[in-house]
Amino acid sequence: MAKPTIAFFDFASCEGCQIEFTNFGDEATLELLKHVEIVEFREAMSETASGRIDIALVEGSFTREGDRARLEEIRRRARTVIAYGACAATGGINALKNHQDDFHEAVYGVHACDSHVLSGPALPISSVIKVDYEVKGCPVSKYELLDIVSSLLHGKEPVVLAYPVCVECKRCETICRYDEGSYCMGSVARAGCGAPCPADGIPCEACRGFVDEPNLRSLERVLVERAGLPQKRAVGLARMFTANLGG
Amino acid sequence: MQKNIQVNVHHLTRVEGHGNIVVNVADGVIEKCEWQVPEAPRFFEAMVRGRHYTEVARIVSRICGICSVGHTLASVKATESALGIPVTPQTVKLRTILKHAENFDSHVLHLYMLVAPDLLGAPSAFALLPTHGEVVARALRLKRLGHEWGSLIAGRTTHPTTVVPGGFTKLPAARELKDMRGRLIEAVPDLKATLETIQALTPKIPAFDRPTEYMAVSSDAEYGLYDGFIQTVLPDGDRARYEVGDYRSITNEYLVPRSTAKFTRNRLTSYAVGALARFNVNYDQLHPEAKKAAGSLGISPLCTNPYMNSVAQMVEVVHSVYEGIRLLDEFITDGIADEGLALPTKHGTGASAVEVPRGVLFHDYTYAKDGSCTAANCIIPTNQNHANIQSDFDTLLPHLLQADMTEEEIELALEMLVRAYDPCISCSTHNVDVTFVR
Repeated sequence: MAKPTIAFFDFASCEGCQIEFTNFGDEATLELLKHVEIVEFREAMSETASGRIDIALVEGSFTREGDRARLEEIRRRARTVIAYGACAATGGINALKNHQDDFHEAVYGVHACDSHVLSGPALPISSVIKVDYEVKGCPVSKYELLDIVSSLLHGKEPVVLAYPVCVECKRCETICRYDEGSYCMGSVARAGCGAPCPADGIPCEACRGFVDEPNLRSLERVLVERAGLPQKRAVGLARMFTANLGG
Repeated sequence: MQKNIQVNVHHLTRVEGHGNIVVNVADGVIEKCEWQVPEAPRFFEAMVRGRHYTEVARIVSRICGICSVGHTLASVKATESALGIPVTPQTVKLRTILKHAENFDSHVLHLYMLVAPDLLGAPSAFALLPTHGEVVARALRLKRLGHEWGSLIAGRTTHPTTVVPGGFTKLPAARELKDMRGRLIEAVPDLKATLETIQALTPKIPAFDRPTEYMAVSSDAEYGLYDGFIQTVLPDGDRARYEVGDYRSITNEYLVPRSTAKFTRNRLTSYAVGALARFNVNYDQLHPEAKKAAGSLGISPLCTNPYMNSVAQMVEVVHSVYEGIRLLDEFITDGIADEGLALPTKHGTGASAVEVPRGVLFHDYTYAKDGSCTAANCIIPTNQNHANIQSDFDTLLPHLLQADMTEEEIELALEMLVRAYDPCISCSTHNVDVTFVR
């Protein structure tokens, strides 16, 4: 039986989630290649495929109408489409500009209106095509990618965690950022990363998006009352990676 | 001699980001020969406005997945300069080791995954598995080492966690530094094997010389990577020294008529940054083992063949392993101290320069009294190389036509040239969308 085929595609992004894949090094890559065939991965290979793909991993946000046809073509070819990383899943960091109206002028000055630099709001790829699964995070957790691909290969439904990052900090016995005199968004951020940021001494900034029905008003209140941040900064923090998610 | 050539490479493979090569030769006359960059712009300099100084580095690190360590370091350094945040010698030394880890990691990826397949006649490293399984396995071992070496200091290599203005939020334990030193020493056989692989492939590197100006960070203390002043060397060996704060007058971003492209130039019409530029500017400060490697690879300063950038990367890989071991040795002798984060002492504007794998990266920020960012500017290496790549194209294509190359051979030669620069196009922060004169 032919091995299932995987292809990587990229849109507006840093391509860091594809780099995370290479970061397995010899840890998992060779084993993974025994079970799947990578047929397209522009950043690492010149081969291209034109036919059907079993799993399409799509990195990056949709920001330009000109990219719509490419996304639709990927959907036509792929049995399963996975939004790979925060930019594809939610718009990620790119969506910060969605709350500004002068970003063209700020970067391109007098050329702000030139057609080739025009950019619409940064949107998740699910705004254009149907997405079957998401690997969340900025960057993705490469082990979560393995979990999802492995589940699909075994015909299982990948598990999506419903609890917040706070649970993972407790499990890791990481001291709460608030108890350290800092701030954090782990109370509303979706878990699955293993909470590396608080363990490394920085706040969780919800790069994996929110849990279902996050209480963002309460988050802002905690950021102001408990961490002592100015209201404006609290609002800005609550949308660092989640600007498309009602923050 | 062939009269009609059409090359249309849409979204060049095995480079970071999106670039096109378009060549049109009709009846032996070159009508078009362009390096184009259609990357989706992402507006980071706008997005950091209003952000607190503690958040800025974590936003701009997302400019690039391959050199996110470099963007983070450039960002925290510029922020520290703008806010008068002093850092300790220990912080500087750890960041220097981190810089070596990043260059090692990125160069290994570039040499094995992006460049070697061309020289071995394969479309990708994956395709080499059946015939060169041990080489691929070695590449993956070294890639993992680079990633874990950087992660030990930065938390992770794709979007670091621990690197913040004023120092580190978490320090590696002395035991972990010692273990990493052991792993670098264990990697020396793989390093030597890599050197032999590249040595065997060097004769396949195209012969092409186009002297240009070479620009790099230089330092009296070391082969410039983490910090220093800016130095350039011209083909005749003439050197010039500049301060980082004057970066705008060194890069001289300018517009090509009827185009929105920002190109850069300094003393000539274009300049090069990256491993070859660093090698040409700072050769004397390379580790003796790296100089030995350079000798065995047949590269010496001033090298004016842009394809040799990959070979210069190999020299730097050797340099970073041995410098990494040396600096880790110092930590093993001196120990590592638990230091708090240094805080701002003023507010204003500050710029920085860091050598990332692909060349000099400039960051520049202005902060208000409350620590919020009011202006940002990032000038990335690939942007500085675009004009030089185009000039190489202009000089190279007539040579290729004269050599009576086929369309496929010309396409490959131009693709390999672009890959040699290891462009990192996603760093599209600063009008990197290039449209050449039509």
